[in-house]
Amino acid sequence: MDRLPRWADLTLVPLVSLLFAAVISALVLLSIGQSPTEALKVMIDGALGSPYGWGYTLYYATSFIFTGLAVTVAFHAGLFNIGGEGQAQIGGLGVALVCLSLPWPHWTVALAAATAGAALFGAAWAAIPAYLQAKRGSHIVITTIMFNYIAAALMVYVLVDVLRPTGQMDPASARFPVGAQLPALNDIPGFSLIFQRPVPANITLLIALAMAVVVWALLWRTRLGYQIRAFGKSEAAAKYAGINPVRITIIAMLISGGLAGMMSINNVMGEAERLLQNSSEGAGFIGIAVALMGRNHPFGVVLAALLFGFLYQGGAELGLWTSIPIEMRIVVQGLVILFTGALDMMVRMILERLFALVRSAKAVRAA
Amino acid sequence: MAASADNMGRQATAAPFAIELKGISKAFGPVQANKDINIAVPKGTIHGIIGENGAGKSTLMSILYGFYKADSGQILVGGQPTPIPDSQSAIRAGIGMVFQHFKLVQNFTVLENIVLGAEEGALLNTSLGKARQVLKDLAQEYGLNVDPDALIEDLSVGHQQRVEILKALYRQADILILDEPTGVLTPDEADHLFRILRGLKDQGKTIILITHKLREIMEATDNVSVMRRGTMVATVKTRDTSPEQLAELMVGRKVLLEVEKTPPAPGKVVLSVQDLRVRDEHGVERLKGVSLDIRAGEILGIAGVAGNGQSELLAALGGMTKASGTITLNGVPLPLSGPGSDGQSRREAGIAHVPEDRHHHGLILDFAAWENVAFGYHNDPKYQKSALFMDNDALRADTEKKMATYDVRPPIPTLEAKNFSGGNQQKIVVAREVEQNPDLLLIGQPTRGVDIGAIEFIHKQIVALRDAGKAILLVSVELDEIMSLSDRIAVMFDGQIMGMRDPASTDERELGMLMAGMTGTSDAKLKKEAY
Repeated sequence: MDRLPRWADLTLVPLVSLLFAAVISALVLLSIGQSPTEALKVMIDGALGSPYGWGYTLYYATSFIFTGLAVTVAFHAGLFNIGGEGQAQIGGLGVALVCLSLPWPHWTVALAAATAGAALFGAAWAAIPAYLQAKRGSHIVITTIMFNYIAAALMVYVLVDVLRPTGQMDPASARFPVGAQLPALNDIPGFSLIFQRPVPANITLLIALAMAVVVWALLWRTRLGYQIRAFGKSEAAAKYAGINPVRITIIAMLISGGLAGMMSINNVMGEAERLLQNSSEGAGFIGIAVALMGRNHPFGVVLAALLFGFLYQGGAELGLWTSIPIEMRIVVQGLVILFTGALDMMVRMILERLFALVRSAKAVRAA
Repeated sequence: MAASADNMGRQATAAPFAIELKGISKAFGPVQANKDINIAVPKGTIHGIIGENGAGKSTLMSILYGFYKADSGQILVGGQPTPIPDSQSAIRAGIGMVFQHFKLVQNFTVLENIVLGAEEGALLNTSLGKARQVLKDLAQEYGLNVDPDALIEDLSVGHQQRVEILKALYRQADILILDEPTGVLTPDEADHLFRILRGLKDQGKTIILITHKLREIMEATDNVSVMRRGTMVATVKTRDTSPEQLAELMVGRKVLLEVEKTPPAPGKVVLSVQDLRVRDEHGVERLKGVSLDIRAGEILGIAGVAGNGQSELLAALGGMTKASGTITLNGVPLPLSGPGSDGQSRREAGIAHVPEDRHHHGLILDFAAWENVAFGYHNDPKYQKSALFMDNDALRADTEKKMATYDVRPPIPTLEAKNFSGGNQQKIVVAREVEQNPDLLLIGQPTRGVDIGAIEFIHKQIVALRDAGKAILLVSVELDEIMSLSDRIAVMFDGQIMGMRDPASTDERELGMLMAGMTGTSDAKLKKEAY
């Protein structure tokens, strides 16, 4: 029928969506008497204009890759995991417990253990909604949202009453031991040539990229991925094929929660070096937009995560260097989410019409 | 009466055609669904439109009912050019449509469904009262008896269809379009429907009957138009044609309408089912103690109106639903609930299953053909590269081979399943299941929505598998298919087997009685509900 060619579907749709978001953002800026071109220049300069800016952009992108992949895996199983935020925070708890438990001799050992801890805790937090969905039919969207709140409340308790060192005033854990501190990009040979000043982006970036490859292989090369995708496309058909819905729901959510939890090695272990309240700072929710924009493909997720990293860092720069209120950053991000996520079909329809017009014009000329 | 007939005759000279289509064309992208279609349907006749799936029948009717806009061409209603941009205009022009899948609100009464969308004023009572009166008149006039206060969900399928017809008549339709109306009916109900249609015709209504069943065309219509690949290939008087000629026009080549098969040579019992019971999610028993045996080299056909437990029988045997009772395959008992009762275990035991609904069960429509070829057999060692990874290359090669043997078109393993025609989709499913060389093949509605050419092919495969000494359980609502393929016929009604018959010594009438719940000749009484 009137379908878009694959290349247009993959590249043109997100780009045109972005363009729409940019145009409307510009109009909003104009309406408050600011110059959109100036704002764009500040954002690009701040986020991409220097190694330092890149250091922040990549740092944010790292978190978004994890949470985006988390949403992607669940999505392919037909599950909408909105609980990335809570899973990431509980994953942070896992990281903190691992890091504080031993005087780690070397960061490599600590990283391996903390990654396992983060994934385990994140997965455990996703396990309950998964079980409720699989066995009781409680809708995963509702339960994962509720679990975000429960996670936030739990973290307050843990940080205030359990992990807070006596005498410390703020709700946070103790600082991690030196052996559990991760090298930032400026500490890694090779990267250090580019990043000469300390940046928050750290070794976790490479783990995030590796996980993107792992998730791709899982979904499209393994038997488990085949079953996840089949189940996600049609539960009735999966039942016919003897694919156990309970098993796939739980496994997919465990993987998803584990990935969301793993983002904590980036922010908790790699950057803050202690566990703070609200450690994930909304990255769990951004993951939904990242997965939507990345068309639920790991490669797309990486690209979308970079874009959102840019928006995060560029937005922060706006607050720093212009009189544009910091809330504008949220407006711009909201518009990008709106257009790339929610209004995706609208953009596609417009493009489909255009393509159909071009096609019929060609047909007329040929005739 | 004579006067009114005369009057109609005079009208007929002014506008001899109830509906005329002139040069209708419609394309979806590169696909030309309708190409320069011309039809003229005389007033007060039953006009059949026949064609294979994808021939463009449904598109044409959707244009007539305002769902699609034709790219070019003209519609004349009663001699007047009438543009039909939406279904409201179609209704205003006196066109009524009875869809294949009823559009009724299940928990509304008959009356409420009839006024739905035609309510006059803010208060429901006035229009309900009016509808009740009109309904009474219509029931008298056409023999369309339905209890106006019954809930739709309590009505049989045949009655639901009558409600659809009444809906159209209530909106004063003069031209009634019926899309595959008999797919869900017993032969008896179908006969009743045709009697109603003849009654409507006698009252001056014009009826367009869309079907792929040659027998119905021959039985019910005055004229028939044949469509093939978007074009109208012929319009003939029904009495001047034959099923063979129509089939040839539909397919474009000579077709074997009969299945060629040798007498069966049944061997040992492969599947034995004792007292099989299935409850649905509401706790209602859908399968009420079914017992049967199938032998090697035998096709057991299950006849019955859709919804009488056949689907549950297939689902229970195929491991799709929990059941109680016992089943043994080659003497080995298989669990019916708990571990080992899922589809995987059934496949490992040697049961292959071509499900009734290939879109919802048999295929993942968004998956490529090669991914669908592994569906259900994704754990098969021949598709694995290692403990972790699947061997996608082997799978694609295997798909290519199967596509060649089964003449799947286009033979592109990477094409998504949804992009194949119904017949080719079914060939992919049949290829997947039959090529596993199972001991028992469960096959439901093997040719539903499949074109005649593919039907011929699929029937041959089923018979070939039987001749290779395999047991086959065939479920179909097409009585012709059951009669021509089966070596034994079991008739199901209301979750039970009403009787076993030998196809050589039974006929449609007897099977039809059993399908309606009437057992044998001695105690011919209705088991559930009068039709």
